[in-house]
Amino acid sequence: MSIEVLNLSRKFGNFTALQDVNLQVNAGELLALLGPSGSGKTTLLRVIAGLETVDNGQVLFHGEDATDQHVRERQVGFVFQHYALFRNMTIFENVAFGLRVRPKEFRPSDKEIQSRVIKLLQLVQLDWLAHRYPHQLSGGQRQRIALARALAVEPRVLLLDEPFGALDAKVRKELRSWLRRLHDEMHITSIFVTHDQEEALEVADRVVVMNEGKIEQIGTPDEVYEHPASPFVYEFLGNVNSFHGRLYHGRLWIDDLEIKTHRHLANDEETAAIAYIRPHEIEVLKADDDETGIAAKVSQVTALGPIVRLEVTRSNDREKTPVRVEISKEQFRELQLVKNDAVFIKPKRINLFSPSKEKIHISDFVI
Amino acid sequence: MMVTSTFPVLPQTSIQRATQEPNWVRWLLIALAFAFLTLFLFIPLISVFYEAFKKGADVYLAAITDPDALSAIKLTLTVAAIAVPLNLVFGVAAAWAIAKFEFRGKNLLITLIDLPFSVSPVVSGLIYVLVFGLQGWFGSWLAEHDMKIIFAVPGIVLATVFVTVPFIARELIPLMQAQGTEEEEAAVVLGASGWQTFYKVTLPNIKWGLLYGAILCNARAMGEFGAVSVVSGHIRGSTNTMPLHVEILYNEYNFAAAFAVASLLALLALITLVLKTLIEIHNKKNLKERGEK
Amino acid sequence: MITLKQHSILPGFNLALGFTLVYLSLIVLIPLSAAFLRTAELTWPEFWSIVTTPRVVASYRLTFGASLAAATVNVVFGLLVAWVLVRYHFPGKKIVDALVDLPFALPTAVAGIALTALYAGNGWIGQFLEPLGIKVAFTPLGIFVALTFIGLPFVVRTVQPVLEDIETELEEAAATLGANRLQTFMRVIFPVIFPALMTGFALAFARAIGEYGSVIFIAGNMPMVSEITPLLIITKLEQYDYAGATALSVVMLVISFTLLLIINLLQWWSRRRSSKT
Repeated sequence: MSIEVLNLSRKFGNFTALQDVNLQVNAGELLALLGPSGSGKTTLLRVIAGLETVDNGQVLFHGEDATDQHVRERQVGFVFQHYALFRNMTIFENVAFGLRVRPKEFRPSDKEIQSRVIKLLQLVQLDWLAHRYPHQLSGGQRQRIALARALAVEPRVLLLDEPFGALDAKVRKELRSWLRRLHDEMHITSIFVTHDQEEALEVADRVVVMNEGKIEQIGTPDEVYEHPASPFVYEFLGNVNSFHGRLYHGRLWIDDLEIKTHRHLANDEETAAIAYIRPHEIEVLKADDDETGIAAKVSQVTALGPIVRLEVTRSNDREKTPVRVEISKEQFRELQLVKNDAVFIKPKRINLFSPSKEKIHISDFVI
Repeated sequence: MMVTSTFPVLPQTSIQRATQEPNWVRWLLIALAFAFLTLFLFIPLISVFYEAFKKGADVYLAAITDPDALSAIKLTLTVAAIAVPLNLVFGVAAAWAIAKFEFRGKNLLITLIDLPFSVSPVVSGLIYVLVFGLQGWFGSWLAEHDMKIIFAVPGIVLATVFVTVPFIARELIPLMQAQGTEEEEAAVVLGASGWQTFYKVTLPNIKWGLLYGAILCNARAMGEFGAVSVVSGHIRGSTNTMPLHVEILYNEYNFAAAFAVASLLALLALITLVLKTLIEIHNKKNLKERGEK
Repeated sequence: MITLKQHSILPGFNLALGFTLVYLSLIVLIPLSAAFLRTAELTWPEFWSIVTTPRVVASYRLTFGASLAAATVNVVFGLLVAWVLVRYHFPGKKIVDALVDLPFALPTAVAGIALTALYAGNGWIGQFLEPLGIKVAFTPLGIFVALTFIGLPFVVRTVQPVLEDIETELEEAAATLGANRLQTFMRVIFPVIFPALMTGFALAFARAIGEYGSVIFIAGNMPMVSEITPLLIITKLEQYDYAGATALSVVMLVISFTLLLIINLLQWWSRRRSSKT
């Protein structure tokens, strides 16, 4: 089932949680709402579920207005951050709850409830825990039970609030790929909220990046990572180096470093610009053969795992702002770098934004 | 995210929140609760003051300035002035032992401290008669030495101390348990003596709990009726506390005077509730500030 | 040798515990033991005949019956008051919340004469009940009213914190699964607060059993009809029947201690049930 969110706004006192949000969720897709805390992502999820009211705007389920529909009637499956399992009920009764509270004429027989609950518990591979109580389960098991309970009512949409937030790193990774596989089997329209960019990029079909109650960018994981639409997205998704500079006559000046671009900008007036360069999109050379590199000095080396992180400072940067660079272990071995080595760095790709957050598309440049 | 909405209870939008009852249910429940509280709480409270002033301010003033009434007030204040400090010292000692140390039989000790709460006031008085009364264990010895405990002020003090034993201790024990022993241990490590540790570290941390317990203890000490009634002997002007004086006046059909003295006790109850609420507000604020830090 | 206490660098254990034990022994334990030791002077048949005379049995029946009825009413309305205070906003809520403790703070004698004046035939409330043929003051019904008053705060104060602690998420989860408010209350909220409700009931009941001050004014104190057990103890004492008074007080103490044990078990259960996993 598809979901449409139109012009949604919600304020809590003076705090604006959502500001004129528009979103289209396609049937059967797995969507991630990604953003820092306070960005409005959880509020948006709760509005879609019907747990939160709105000041303005509409929520459409399959083209039909569901804004004033009570959560009971929306048929949504909601998985809470802290699972919200009923501690006075067994695992079996937790999963059966949604079926048992149905009005008599729609309630399945005891036998049917029994078989459906067991089937769901098998799906989450925890049928052997049916008669335990929630406090006897591990965090990861509780998470899966919460999911089984949400699926028991045959929801039209599955909504998950920080589904892996309360788990430790290892369990989180396992559950992540498990959720992805489960979604591929069931194809139920699903939205999950996360503040972990790695989680969003790895699991979701599309990612919605939110900030201060607004949507910054919507796109596939590749799109948002490779082509961030705003400085915020750039900084939120992974590490990035930013340089404040000036732009005029098709040239970018960062301090006294000049970067030429092939495209001539229409305005001849000087404008401020911020250049973003990802650490892995910087080349490190020992010798500057074609004289296009920027002289720098290695100030720190962190060799962890397959990637080596360097911090370098440009030779003619008086403030010695560290520039972060990531190279592979092999490159690192070839270069044989140690602290205080003189090197040349060469950005492979630069994205420019004007301070008004408008993107200036310049990726073809020469130094 | 919780939004504390002020009155009215109606939500801002037309649709009902997931965890709220329909408006008519809410108003019905509030109305029912109010009806119950009005019948059993508000009206009895108001009626005390109404009955006290029914015959005019002159009668009221005469009733509370009557020599017997004044002596009852004096005795009640005296009894409270002895019972509250005694139980204060006991409460601090018991809480220090229970909260700051691990030892066997601790739970039993906590239960024993709570014991007077579950004993009928009448029985609380009776047991002192059995010990100090004329037929009691020490009765003949006391008579020989011309000492009187039962039907005298010491008996009233003892019975009052008995019924108020738990108040301060049960306030302090959970408080001091929650605070742990780290601060005291730090003080000792830094070279403070036992008393220094108590005065400079523990006491500032428990002073509000101490005050809270003392206020409740005082209210009970001044208002105790059953236990005191058994050991007092009801001698007017000598062993009558305020509640006992109320009873005597009431049984003499002197209702206006009975309610006049009762209104003083009701006022005491109201002051107790106000102080108690103020301390609770203060504690909540403190807790919040600490949480924010 | 088994040491009594675990090692600690903090001073004052011996002094504090020693003082506590001496004080408790002098004020509470020795006097209480007097009741049992004096009763032990009686033979078993003597004891049994004292505590089972028709007048005494009638007083048990009245004390238990009225206490049970009052505690039950307090369970229903205490839960209601706790719910309203935790869940809803209305003007004067803070004052109402503070006033709930009035029965704890108001001397019982004051409560007794106030309730008697209200429910007497010419009282504010009694004047409306009398024409309907309902007599409250000076009947067992009056005892029930007094015991309801003094037991009022217990259920409210035991249920209130548990209700405050229930996570909204649990109720939201029930709603997303299709449960209506009544189903959510019965299946999700009620099981969580049930032990606290029972604790409050037991506390109110235990308090009511021993209550004296508020009851004697309104009861009428007719033997076999409206005479509660604590009053009977006083009556026997005033007739210098020390053996009788003591035997009855031992019965009351045994009942009190049994209730205390039950209350402790309930509180333990309540903490376990409402603790977050």
